[in-house]
Amino acid sequence: MADNILAITIGAILVNNFVLSKFLGICPFLGVSKKLETALGMSGAVIFVMTLASLVTSAIYKYVLSKPFTINGTTINLTFLTILVFIVVIAALVQLVEIILLKFSPPLYQALGIFLPLITTNCAVLGAAALNVQAGRGVIASTVFGTCSAIGFALALVLFASLREKLDLAKVPVPLQGTAIGLITAGILAMVFMGFSGLV
Amino acid sequence: MTIILIAVLFATGLGVLLAAVIGAAAKKFAVETDPRIETVTDMLPGANCGGCGYAGCADLAKAIVEGRADPSLCPVAPPEGSQRIAEYLGITTTEKEKVIAVVKCSGSCSVTVRSPYNGVGDCRSAALVAGGAKGCDFGCIGFASCARACPFDAIEMRDGLAVVHPDLCVGCGKCVETCPKNLIILAPAAVDVHVYCNSPEKGALKRKVCKTACIACRKCVKAADSEEQMTIKGFLVETNYSSPPLPDLVEKAACPTTALRLASLHAASAYEGVSK
Repeated sequence: MADNILAITIGAILVNNFVLSKFLGICPFLGVSKKLETALGMSGAVIFVMTLASLVTSAIYKYVLSKPFTINGTTINLTFLTILVFIVVIAALVQLVEIILLKFSPPLYQALGIFLPLITTNCAVLGAAALNVQAGRGVIASTVFGTCSAIGFALALVLFASLREKLDLAKVPVPLQGTAIGLITAGILAMVFMGFSGLV
Repeated sequence: MTIILIAVLFATGLGVLLAAVIGAAAKKFAVETDPRIETVTDMLPGANCGGCGYAGCADLAKAIVEGRADPSLCPVAPPEGSQRIAEYLGITTTEKEKVIAVVKCSGSCSVTVRSPYNGVGDCRSAALVAGGAKGCDFGCIGFASCARACPFDAIEMRDGLAVVHPDLCVGCGKCVETCPKNLIILAPAAVDVHVYCNSPEKGALKRKVCKTACIACRKCVKAADSEEQMTIKGFLVETNYSSPPLPDLVEKAACPTTALRLASLHAASAYEGVSK
C-alpha cells in the first residue's frame, strides 16, 4: 500500500505531470501565469478543489455508479453516466465550497477568490476524476492521486510564471512576443519534464 | 427503453438533489453584506489603481462604509465625487488637495551624455549597472518603468525622458514607487512651476553631462516675488510647494539652462530653446 502511494505521488507530480505530459489544464496554465502571485493563488485553489473532487467522485463511482442493479429482469449498469455525473458533482461541490468559505474563512475566500469558479469547468479536475476511474483506484489512492496531480500542476504553473516574469524583461523578437514565446517556453519545460520518464 | 428512463431519472434526481443542497447551504451560510458597499463601489472611479492603499475600489468602498476610511482617500475621484459619497453615507469628508506626479528631470537624449547600454530594458535593471547609461547619476534613465507602471497612461516617453501629462495624472503614486532614482514627486496640481533637475552635484559637473541641469545660478530666486518661493538646497533650486511662485516666474527668470519650466508646457511640447 505504502509503495503504491509513493509511486502515485512521484508519478503524478513529476513523471506524468498533468500540464507538461498529459496536456490537461493548459488554459489556466497560460491564462494565470503572467504573475507569480496569481499563479500561487490559482495553485492553492487547484490543490484544494482537486483533492476534494477526487475524494467525492471516486466515492460516488465506487458506491453508486459501479454497482449494477436489476429492474424487471434487466441488469442496469450506470457507468456510462460517469462523465456527466462527475461534471455536475464537481460544479456543485465548488459552489458549495465557495459558499462555506465565504461564511467561515473570508481571508481564504479572498485569497482563492476568483479562481474557485474558474476551476469549476477545468479539464484537469475532471481529468483527475476520470483517470482515477480508468486506473481503478480506491478512494484513498484516488484522493492521493488528485492531490499529487494538483501539486504537479502547481509546480508547473509556478515554474512557468517565474519564467514568464523573467521573459517580460527580455528582448523578444516582435512576432514572438506575448503568448507565442510563452508557448515555446512551455514546450521546452515539457521536454525538461520528459527527463523524469521511466522514474516510476 | 428502461435504461434510458433510468438514466434520465438518475440524472434528474442528482440535479435536484445537488440543487437542493446548494440552495440549503446558500440559505444557511448566507453572509450579510451591506448593500451600501456596492453602491459606493459604483460611485468610485473603478480604476482599481491601489493609490488609496486598499486592494482596489471595492475594498476601499468597504472601508468607507465601515467608517475605516475617508472618501477623499481616492486619488482618482474629483472632490465632487468624494462629496457625493459622503452625502450618500451621511458623513463628512475633508477636502484633499489634488496632486500630480512630477518627474524632476529634463535630460532627454539630445541634451545628455549617454553611454551605450545593451542590457535589460527596464530602469530598475539599468540602475543596478553603474546607475544607468546616463552621464548624470541622478536623472531619468529613460527605460519607461514608470510609464509601464502608470495605470492611466499619463507618462509619455519623449526622447528618452519620462514626461508626465498633468491632465491625465491623478496622483496615485504608482510611478513614485517604481522609479529607482526616486526622481518622481507628488506635487500640488495647482503649482505649475517646477525645477526639472534632481542632481545635487556642483553646477559645472552637471553641465558637463546635461545641458538642462539646474546650476543654482539663483536667477529664479531673485526674480521671484519673494525669496521664499524658491528654496536652494546646495547646488539645486527647488520650488517651495507651501508658498509656490506664480507661473509668470518662468518668463521673468529666463532660466539659462531651461531647467525651470511650467509642467503644462513641459508636457505639451519638447523644449526647443536649449542654451548652448
